[in-house]
Amino acid sequence: MKFSKFLTLALAGVMAFYIAGCGSGATETKSGGNALSGTITASGSSALLPLAKDAANDFKAKYADVSITLNGGGSGTGLKQVSEGSVNIGNSDVAAETKLSKEKAAELVDHKVAVVTIAPVVNKKIGDVVQSLTKQQLQDIFTGKVTNWKDVGGPDLKIMLVTRPATSGTRALFSEYALDKQAEATNKSLETDDSGTLMQTIADNEGAIGYVSLSYLVNNDKVATVSIDGVAPTLENTYNGKYSVWGYEHMYTKGNPNEAIKAFIDFIMSDEYGQKLEKQGYGVTSKMKVSR
Amino acid sequence: MQDNSRVIRQDISWKIIISLGGFFMIALTFALGFFLFYRGIGTFTTYDHSVFEFLFSSTWAPADSHDGGGKVGAAIFIFGSISTCLLALLISLPFSIGVAIFMTEISPGFGRKIIQPIVEIFVGIPSVVYGWLGLTVLVPVIKDVFDTQYGFSVLAASLVLAIMIFPTITSVSADAIRSVPKNFRQAAFGLGSTRWQVIYKIVLPAAKNGILTGVILGLARAFGEALAVAMVIGKTKVFPVSILSPTTNLTSAIAADMGGAMDGGEYNIALWTMALLLFFISLGCIFLIHYISESDGENI
Repeated sequence: MKFSKFLTLALAGVMAFYIAGCGSGATETKSGGNALSGTITASGSSALLPLAKDAANDFKAKYADVSITLNGGGSGTGLKQVSEGSVNIGNSDVAAETKLSKEKAAELVDHKVAVVTIAPVVNKKIGDVVQSLTKQQLQDIFTGKVTNWKDVGGPDLKIMLVTRPATSGTRALFSEYALDKQAEATNKSLETDDSGTLMQTIADNEGAIGYVSLSYLVNNDKVATVSIDGVAPTLENTYNGKYSVWGYEHMYTKGNPNEAIKAFIDFIMSDEYGQKLEKQGYGVTSKMKVSR
Repeated sequence: MQDNSRVIRQDISWKIIISLGGFFMIALTFALGFFLFYRGIGTFTTYDHSVFEFLFSSTWAPADSHDGGGKVGAAIFIFGSISTCLLALLISLPFSIGVAIFMTEISPGFGRKIIQPIVEIFVGIPSVVYGWLGLTVLVPVIKDVFDTQYGFSVLAASLVLAIMIFPTITSVSADAIRSVPKNFRQAAFGLGSTRWQVIYKIVLPAAKNGILTGVILGLARAFGEALAVAMVIGKTKVFPVSILSPTTNLTSAIAADMGGAMDGGEYNIALWTMALLLFFISLGCIFLIHYISESDGENI
């Protein structure tokens, strides 16, 4: 009897603890003193998540009173939640207008925090022979017209397409700027949930080709990148506009952000953090000589 | 007198707590079903697709926006789910029933002490572990042995599923076989039956309903499994031409696109419809189990 009473109490205690924990998630920002304080919540794009996490760590080192909670969930989730007001920042690989209705998208403020460059990647064995593809060849490969590497200057090996889900932001960018919006041959390609798995699949299969953002290619020795029309997928080529397969990483806020949130977004876009941004394979928005 | 009222009070308060728990479960199930129905029906009401298109068309191209106008044929996913599950059952069934018979009829002591715990360990292994093993061990092996391009295949998915449903079918079947009354066996032995004849002609038919319940429970688990299957099936949106070719299924389609698809958009709602279909499938399985166990008395 005593034991079960104790158990009940303990359970009640645990529940109360969690309920209290949930309650304190609400945003409260004191804009009194010099030091920033408050809570920032963000969700959305999994491609942007590692960057946001790293930035949050550096930011917290400066402003210890600001607590930042970051979640993934995908661009759709981020846009929806920021639009509903359940998070402060919605991270997205794609512009809000493509997913939200016009009225809802108009309520959001876009902060283009970084530039993401998408590179075609192949198995190293192919990469040694095929270093560059023309845009036309790339389109023929991904639409399933060309099915053997020997047709595009490689060895006699079947091409294996590795792709991302239809709703992926990386895929949206790649198909818009590399494939000129032509539909990928989804009936001939393997689909992987995330870029890490995609890299592994390409490393494991000799004839494989896919695409990932440059942030996955930092310190990469698993796969080889392919140039498009002789232009290598690098940040430099993205900045000067030679390489066209890139897009912005967006952080959306509903209306103008409060002090703490604004400070966080400004911090990510600052020159100081920009160097770290580039080290992680993202481009700095202010360095772009072209814009979209 | 005072002591008595304390006991009564205790009695009542526990009754309330337990009833609340029970009603909460019922309410939760109904809420879940209602919510799935409310979201999933949108494909047919909001976006004007026919049920026929959803179930039998293989053109899958829903628009990721509120405008709609895409195609929501989920036949490939449905076929992928059904084919992998049935193949898994085909692979798993002989082993499951064999082991169940061995641990109850042939070697009950060894079965109860060693095999039973081992089978139970299988249940406790998280599905991501099965998927990972499938991805790193099974897929390359299939690729090498059959010399195929991918290795990701219906066969890989079915094998992983077969291992996952094996413990469910085995333990439920073993329970069913154990609950066959001893005098059935004694009577059969008394009439001069061999052990094989007793098992085949007496014990298995008597335990048939219990075994079927295990099969359906296993099948329901197989239909709902997402992670492990998604890792080895390849997720290629095409009907498989053989058991060695990749395809996709309902659960991995939902898992792959649920985060990226815009909430309330045609794509998102089509995924909800898939979830609703899965809910109906497991609901059907549960009804089947009840139907079978109700007819239990008549056969014996």
